[in-house]
Amino acid sequence: MNWPNIATIYTKELRDMLRDRRTLLSMIIIPTLVMPAIMALIGFISFKIVREARATAPTVMLIGGDDSPAVRAALAANDKVKIVPAAADWKQRISDKKVRAAVELPAGFDAALAQGASAAVKIYNYEGEMRSAFAVTELRRFFNDYRDKEIAGRLERRSLPAELVKPFELKTENVAPPEKVGGNVIGGLIPYLFILLAFTGAMYPAMDLTAGEKERGTMETILCSPVARIDLVLGKFLMVLTASLSTVLFSLLSMSLTFLVGGSLFAKFGAGAAAGAAKTAAAAGPALPSLDPLGMLAVLGMVIPVAVLFSAALLAISLFAKSFKEAQSYVSPLIIVIILPAVVGMLPGVELNAKLALVPILNVSLVSKELVSGVWQWPYLALIFGSTCVYAAAALGLAVKMFQREDVIFRS
Amino acid sequence: MIEARQLTKTFRDKKRGEIIAAEDISFRVSPGQIYGLLGANGAGKTTTLRMLATLLQPTRGGATVAGFDVVRDAAKVRANVGFLAASTALYGRLTAREMIAYFGRLNGLTGAKIKERTQQLAADLEMDDFLDRRCDKFSTGMKQKTSIARTLIHDPAVMIFDEPTLGLDVMAARTIVRFVRDCRNRGKTVIYSTHVMSEVEKLCDVVGIIHGGKLLAEGTLPELRARTGETDVEEIFVKTVGGDQP
Ligand SMILES: Nc1ncnc2c1ncn2[C@@H]1O[C@H](COP(=O)(O)OP(=O)(O)OP(=O)(O)O)[C@@H](O)[C@H]1O
Ligand SMILES: [Mg+2]
Repeated sequence: MNWPNIATIYTKELRDMLRDRRTLLSMIIIPTLVMPAIMALIGFISFKIVREARATAPTVMLIGGDDSPAVRAALAANDKVKIVPAAADWKQRISDKKVRAAVELPAGFDAALAQGASAAVKIYNYEGEMRSAFAVTELRRFFNDYRDKEIAGRLERRSLPAELVKPFELKTENVAPPEKVGGNVIGGLIPYLFILLAFTGAMYPAMDLTAGEKERGTMETILCSPVARIDLVLGKFLMVLTASLSTVLFSLLSMSLTFLVGGSLFAKFGAGAAAGAAKTAAAAGPALPSLDPLGMLAVLGMVIPVAVLFSAALLAISLFAKSFKEAQSYVSPLIIVIILPAVVGMLPGVELNAKLALVPILNVSLVSKELVSGVWQWPYLALIFGSTCVYAAAALGLAVKMFQREDVIFRS
Repeated sequence: MIEARQLTKTFRDKKRGEIIAAEDISFRVSPGQIYGLLGANGAGKTTTLRMLATLLQPTRGGATVAGFDVVRDAAKVRANVGFLAASTALYGRLTAREMIAYFGRLNGLTGAKIKERTQQLAADLEMDDFLDRRCDKFSTGMKQKTSIARTLIHDPAVMIFDEPTLGLDVMAARTIVRFVRDCRNRGKTVIYSTHVMSEVEKLCDVVGIIHGGKLLAEGTLPELRARTGETDVEEIFVKTVGGDQP
């Protein structure tokens, strides 16, 4: 290895590529724009979902209860159902699906409860209709809660222990740290985007520096200089790696900026679009995932060997092609290979284990999900980093081998 | 100096099976001499010259170029060879000056030396107008001049030309021919492949007729004329390769 020669080749390739508009596009502009675009998309979608859910909360007609303001207020505050005022033809309305269910409060409901008496609440539904069933489930939940509160109040007034009607208690508790909850939803996506960008960033230069050079006839020119082929590959490899990593870096930078500036912008955007529905804006706000910055740096560290792997593999594969077009036909299907493990990694229930830690790309995708949610599994991190480095070294070795094969270089 | 000893190259091709592109090719070229390799399409000219330039490894046989073995000292051979072919192109996004400097640096020249050589070559080849323009905008003639400067930056002792006038107009071709002669006059060892008969007459001190991968005849033009009883180069060629193909 002759480092001055490698440096000469690297600087020449860098200058050459920086003069190419297509490289700049794939290396700087696309990654810079793609992150804010994805953030905006996520924000927009979650905003829509919230609005949709609100718009589709089943309508329930409240019959009676004019003398019971307490329960009416509690019902109105429950946003899982939409309470509409009573109308005479309520049965017809349920049949016409204009109203999903009706709830009938007996006269003096509030008063009856206050006196410790019992009152009957009636729910009318339309059997077999899904939204009507939603409404009933929701109303049942609401009234069960309401009853439980009433029971607690009555026991307390008589100084009886709550255990009297509650021999045991059943609880579920979330132990995931709050970052992890956010992390799991979108956390899998962001590191994965880095993997994808590391690939797309390396793709164009790798093809241009090999098949493209063969096609343009410059490969033969450079091969008849005294530079050793290994130096040539390494110089080119470093260039492709630079492109790959700067694609990731630019996207990271633009993502950080999106987080800093975007948060407030989103709130405004949400509020404006919801036309005064302040609640919606608040709901769209938390859609911006809260990611652990240190974890993000670690993800970047994990992506470096992946970028090495991609750069070397892409060089080796596209060198085999005779023309840029042919190289594209080899490389484009590989995107699926990159997307597949990431999709698997985002599936619920796919968890890191020692075997999966050896599957390239998938392992990084899985561990990154943990990292951005602030979980550091050191043994896995070491195993994954190590195995990815081994794969990367193998790919680089293959690229060097390919450059030394004259039937590949002069394939006709 | 160039010495080829039974250079042989076989390719394995999926469709055509084993191809013997060059077989037992032996010849010598001395400094100050132009050796012309005359052959039709597919005769094996490019394959032979690529072996001399160490781009391809001989399957059998060997060669010494500028005092170095093409297999064992490939890098040293390349450091002493200028290789110019119709298929060796320029980097379109570099300027002519950058292109020349790139090859200077890869040949181990210092910045000062590169500057000096570039200035001299640009003056010799009348390149000053376009030295700092990008190669992809060049006319064929400008490209040719830049390529010549690129091969000469390290002042190699041996020059290898593979059909360098292919696709050039008369004027551009004449520049090349003049330049090849110049190389000989400066004492360089020159090998020149072509299928153009007139170039052989104009340039070559010794002619080797190659056909089907074999070197069929070799000698100065007068020698070949005497041996075949023909005066016209084309007739000499046709007679040597075994008459007109049916
Ligand atoms: N890389 C290769 N793989 C397989 N066959 C090859 C390869 N390179 C050359 N050949 C074959 O070897 C033979 C000699 O080719 P070569 O290019 O040396 O001829 P040439 O004299 O330079 O011809 P031309 O005038 O067309 O340039 C041809 O039959 C060619 O098809
Ligand atoms: Mg040829």
